[in-house]
Amino acid sequence: MDSNSQRPEEKSSEGIPSPDGPANLIDTDYVIGQDNLTASPMGFNIDLHGKVFTISSLVIVLFVVLTLALQDQVAPIYDTVFNYLTTNLAWFFIFAANIFVLLCLFLIVSPFGKIRIGGAHAKPDFTYAGWFSMLFAAGMGIGLMFFGVNEPLAHFGTSFDGSNWAPLGGATGEFEGDAAGSAALGMAATIFHWGLHPWAIYAVVALSLALFAFNKGLPLSMRSVFYPILGERVWGWPGHIIDILAVFATLFGLATSLGLGATQAAAGLTYLFDAPEGDVTMILLIIGITIIAIASILAGVDKGVQLLSKINIAMAAGLLFFVIAVGPTLLIVTGFFENLMSYVVHLPALSNPFGREDANFSQGWTAFYWAWWISWSPYVGMFIARVSRGRTVREFLVAVLLVPSIVSVLWMTTFGGTAIDQYLSQGIEAVRDAGVDLQLFIMLEQLPLSNITSFLAIVLVIVFFVTSSDSGSLVIDSITAGGKVDAPKPQRVFWAIIEGTIAIALLLGGGLTALQTMSVSTGFPFTIILLVACYAIIKGLMSEPRPA
Amino acid sequence: MFKHIMVPVDLAHIEVLEPSLEVVADTAKHYDASITYVGVTSTAPNSVARTPDEYQQKLEAFAQKRHSVHGQPVTAKVYSSTDPIANVDDILVKSIDELGIDLVIMATHLPRHLDAVMPSHGGKVATHTDASVFLVRPTES
Repeated sequence: MDSNSQRPEEKSSEGIPSPDGPANLIDTDYVIGQDNLTASPMGFNIDLHGKVFTISSLVIVLFVVLTLALQDQVAPIYDTVFNYLTTNLAWFFIFAANIFVLLCLFLIVSPFGKIRIGGAHAKPDFTYAGWFSMLFAAGMGIGLMFFGVNEPLAHFGTSFDGSNWAPLGGATGEFEGDAAGSAALGMAATIFHWGLHPWAIYAVVALSLALFAFNKGLPLSMRSVFYPILGERVWGWPGHIIDILAVFATLFGLATSLGLGATQAAAGLTYLFDAPEGDVTMILLIIGITIIAIASILAGVDKGVQLLSKINIAMAAGLLFFVIAVGPTLLIVTGFFENLMSYVVHLPALSNPFGREDANFSQGWTAFYWAWWISWSPYVGMFIARVSRGRTVREFLVAVLLVPSIVSVLWMTTFGGTAIDQYLSQGIEAVRDAGVDLQLFIMLEQLPLSNITSFLAIVLVIVFFVTSSDSGSLVIDSITAGGKVDAPKPQRVFWAIIEGTIAIALLLGGGLTALQTMSVSTGFPFTIILLVACYAIIKGLMSEPRPA
Repeated sequence: MFKHIMVPVDLAHIEVLEPSLEVVADTAKHYDASITYVGVTSTAPNSVARTPDEYQQKLEAFAQKRHSVHGQPVTAKVYSSTDPIANVDDILVKSIDELGIDLVIMATHLPRHLDAVMPSHGGKVATHTDASVFLVRPTES
């Protein structure tokens, strides 16, 4: 070798976060992609995990066909399974979610908080703005659009009416006729469902995945989290089943939400602009969303998903501040602090898993929500993990747990608080009586420039779906490629198309709600997986070199 | 005419590179040019390496192996990315300027209809750089 051939001082290039500091990779002989099938049919390169891809595809097809062909027979079965889970196991969901929150809060203040995802010297791949936009858009963007108005009004209404669907003491009529008390309880209950708990669910999945991928060197796939328990068996059938379940939950969660979301967006378009009602509008919406999502995934995480998420969050912030400015500004500003306080006051009772007086609320709302968030957690968690390298555990949890929770409080206060005020002060009953897909638009209608804001709201709904669809396709592609994030591009496109196709098939053939119920039921097995993830996080962090 | 040649290398598909590596060796010797082997890897673990560091080590080993074949000065440079499949072209174009490259030699596949939607990496790099780009097609065998 001549003297010019290799210059050791140039080894550490600027392009990589190298060296990443002391690492403690898990010692395994498993090579990522070793069980993959590779081929190039018709010029398309494919690189897939044979078993996970094949079985999850077959299971997906089977469920879609069954749901379409035997709708009347399978829908009650799905409902029975789901009702059984939320009724009899509500305590388990509520109990587990509390553990997730407590673990996250503990990690923020513990010395583990200093550990950096990706190694002590790893640099973040994204700016705070890009990172936060992506995790927020993937996490709950779309839900906020519909439930921001609906849920505070619903809990307020049931408490005010003394219905047995009200939260806590509201169910026994404690707040009947008490507008202020019902509003405070309604807001607290809503924030409970959109605050610390859901974000802790995402944080646990994301942190465990990020830790075992970036610090331990295992594939970015759900099965890796089980390594501390299953050891090398995680590369066999137990791991395949975990990954298949994750694909199932993610694909059906996304496809059914896309179908139902298109129904809601179409209802908005019909209400606002007299767009023709019917399947054509909805199918066009799904096709449009899928095409933009495909363009986004071809452009990649940085130029596609990140850019769309930023646009999305900027528009959402615009809408939020517009409502604050032209709505009951003072009420919203003071309400923010009052609702936060009300949340803190009611939190112990709301999160109590045992001996609840409000069975309808704790089972029908809270357990449903927890199952829902948990069934989404493989997708959202894996996506958050992928974009969070280079952050410390503390920074990660503050950004994934605390900041979004605060944003949710502000959002719910603004949209829900404004709607409750419209109902109470202005006597606008339509805002409470309308369906969930129209309540937002009726609330906006009472404010200036409603044509513009309503249009913006519909665009937001659509773009939120695009950001769910593109990041979801990336996640499914990665799981079905054995944890590879560098599998060929056509595979991503394949999953985005499958998602749109299932949404359209179920929209036309019926069964969207039924299959969504089924996909939310996966929340139960995933709750167990998440509890394992909690153990894995602690175990993983304990074996990390401690930063000085 | 050419002083610094860049050779994008995907260590996961080294067999595809074979014909281009011969061209690189001959060209570098002819112009007495130095060679930088450039790799773009995922920040997440992949089939070649579990960390970007490990990828760097493997690429350096590869560069040394090539040096023993052609004897020209070599360096290895690795870029890591959250989404390397989508970002590889942009990273290569940027690195051409960063490294002061005047010739890129890279392997590419035969033209196909899919290129209209998903252009080849070589084609895309050539479209976006001032440096000369030599695309090597796979040999008949």
